[in-house]
Amino acid sequence: MGILEVKDVNKRFGGLKALSEVNLSVAENTVHAIIGPNGAGKSTLLNCLVGKLIPDTGSVMFDGQSVLGRKPFEINQMGISRVFQTPEIFGDLTVMENMMIPLFARRDGAYRLHAFRSVESEAELRSRAEAMLEDVKMLDKRHMHSASMSRGDKRRLEMAMCLVQEPRLLLLDEPTAGMARADTNNTIDLLKEIKEKRDITMAIIEHDMHVVFSLADRITVLAQGTPLVEDSPENIKGHPKVREAYLGEAA
Amino acid sequence: MFGLGKKDTTVFVVVIILALCAPFILNPFPTGSSLAQFNAGYPDLMQRFVIFGIFAIGFNLLFGLTGYLSFGHAAFLGMGSYAAVWMFKLLSMNVIPAIVLSMIVAGLFAVMIGYVSLRRSGIYFSILTLAFAQMSYNLAYSVLTPITNGETGLQITLDDPRILGASATADGGIPVTNLFGLEMRHFTTVDVAGWSFNFSVGYYLCAVIMILAFYVAIRIFRSPFGMMLRAIKSNQQRLYYTGLNARPYTLAVFVISGMYAGLAGGLMASMDPLAGPERMQWTASGEVVLMTILGGAGTLIGPVLGAGFIKYFENIFSKINDGVLHGWFAFLPDGLENFVIAILHPFVGKGWHLTLGLMFMLVVIFLPGGLVEGGQRISKALKRNKPEDSGAARKANHEPAE
Repeated sequence: MGILEVKDVNKRFGGLKALSEVNLSVAENTVHAIIGPNGAGKSTLLNCLVGKLIPDTGSVMFDGQSVLGRKPFEINQMGISRVFQTPEIFGDLTVMENMMIPLFARRDGAYRLHAFRSVESEAELRSRAEAMLEDVKMLDKRHMHSASMSRGDKRRLEMAMCLVQEPRLLLLDEPTAGMARADTNNTIDLLKEIKEKRDITMAIIEHDMHVVFSLADRITVLAQGTPLVEDSPENIKGHPKVREAYLGEAA
Repeated sequence: MFGLGKKDTTVFVVVIILALCAPFILNPFPTGSSLAQFNAGYPDLMQRFVIFGIFAIGFNLLFGLTGYLSFGHAAFLGMGSYAAVWMFKLLSMNVIPAIVLSMIVAGLFAVMIGYVSLRRSGIYFSILTLAFAQMSYNLAYSVLTPITNGETGLQITLDDPRILGASATADGGIPVTNLFGLEMRHFTTVDVAGWSFNFSVGYYLCAVIMILAFYVAIRIFRSPFGMMLRAIKSNQQRLYYTGLNARPYTLAVFVISGMYAGLAGGLMASMDPLAGPERMQWTASGEVVLMTILGGAGTLIGPVLGAGFIKYFENIFSKINDGVLHGWFAFLPDGLENFVIAILHPFVGKGWHLTLGLMFMLVVIFLPGGLVEGGQRISKALKRNKPEDSGAARKANHEPAE
C-alpha cells in the first residue's frame, strides 16, 4: 500500500478524455517519475492530486485519506507540497521571508492572525529557515529580493520552501523545464542530495529522460491519458511499448 | 524601543515629533507677513491633516500590503461619522463612546462588505467596493433619511435625549463635544514675536490617536500577519500551495482598514458634530487612494505625507485668488503682470485640482513609489555626492599641478 493511491481516475474536458482509468501507487520513500509525451495527461493528473482539478470518477487517497474535494491549502496541510513548472515564489519578499511563510503555515495552520508579534522575534523558525537555506547553499542570499535572482536560484528557493515544511510527499512538475544543462545538472544533484539526506517521497513529472533516469526508483509511463507501463528504470529503458510511444519519438 | 526595530523606531519618533510640533511646523511665517497665507497651523486644518492621515494609514494597510484597491473606503468613514453623531445625540457629548461606536459600526459593515467583495480580486474587487459605497451614499441621501437626515446631514439639536449628558447647556445652547469636560473646540493662541501658534484640544486628541494608529500600523507591517498580506500581493497561488488560506487574511485586513476609516469618521464628527452623505461619495473614496499613492503605497509614512500634502493643497492653494496674485506680481509691468496672472489663474483658487492633478501625474510617472521614493532618491543622491565631492576636490587639486 503506497502513501499515494490513485484508483480508476477519469477526467474529461468536453470531448477530450484527458485521463482514463489511471491507477498509480507511489510507495513511501521512493522517487516515482511519471513520464509521457506532450498531452499524455501528466499535468492533469498532477492537478488532480493537489486539488486544482477534481476527477470525474475514481479516487485519490493520500495516507488513507481522500484528497478529493479538498482545497489546495488543505491538501498541503495534509503533507503534500508542490514545486511548479515555472518557479512560484513570493517575488516581492526577501529569500528569508519566503522561507518563513511555509514555516508559519506548518506551525500555525492555514490561518492565524499574529498581528502584534514581529517576524524578527520568531527565533526558532528563523534558525530552521537558515538551516534549510544552508542545505541548499543559499544562506548568503537570505537578504536578497527574491524576484531579482536567477531562475536556477528561484527553483532552489522554491524547493527549499517546500522541503522546510517536511512534506510527506513532494510533487515536482517538470523541475528542470526550460533550464540550461548546467542548471539541470545542479537540480539533479540537489534532488539526489535531498533524497539521500531525508526520508522523503517524491513524485516527479518530467520530460527530460536524463533527469528521470538519474533520479527515479519507479517510472510510470503515461500515453493518451492511460498508464502504459510501470516498472523500474532499467526495465523501462528496454521496454518495447515505451520505445514506441515515447523514446522512439524522442530518438 | 516599543518593540520596534531601529529603523521603525526612527520613523515612529519622527511622526511623533511632527504630530506634536505641528502647530509650530505648520506656522513658519509671521502673522503679518505676506507669506502668512501659507500657514496651515489652524486647529480645524491641522485636525483634518491628522484625521485624513489616520484614514490613509488604514487604507494603506489594505492597499499597500495586499494590493486590493478598495474604491469605497469613504463609506466606512461616513458610517463612522453617523455612528458618532448618533452617540452624541443619544448618549452624551463625550467623544470616547462616540469614537468607539464609530469603529465598531465601521468594522461590522466592513465584515459584510468585505465578505462579499473579497470573493473577487483586481478590478472586480474595486468595482464591488465602489458599488457598495455608492449604495451607502444613495441610501444615506434618500431612503435612510430617518437615520441620516438625508441631504441636510445629521446634526445635534436641543431636543436630543443625551441620557448621560444634558440636552442643552445651562444657558440654553447646544452642548459641545468634549473629553471628560475638556472641550474639543477649545484652543489657546500663543504669540511669540510676530508669530502666533494655536494649540487646540481637538487637534491634540486627534494627534495622539493618530500616533497610536500609526504605531499599530507599524506593528502590523512587521508582524507575520503583515508578511502574509505582502505574500498575498506577491503570489496567491504559491500561498495556497503552501498551506495557507488567503481569504481570512484579506478579510481581517479589510475589517482593520475599515475600522481605521470609521475611527477617522468618528474623529471628524467629534471635532464638528455633524455628518452628511457627501462624506461617503466616490470622490471621497478616490481622495484617499490619491493620498496613499501620492505619498507612497506600501510605505509606513507615505500615506501620512500624502494626506497632509493633499489637504494642504486643498485648503491653501485654493485660497490664492486673482487679488493675491496681483499682489505678488505687482512689481511687473502691467501687461506682463496680467499675462502671468492669466497663465497662473487656472492653477490656483478654484483651479487647485488642476495643479494637484498635474502633480499626481508627475509623481506617478517619475516617482512610482510616491513622495517617499522622492525622499529616498534625494538622500541617496546626497550620500553618493559626498565621496564624489571629495573626489572632485582632489581632482581639482591635481589638475593645476599637472
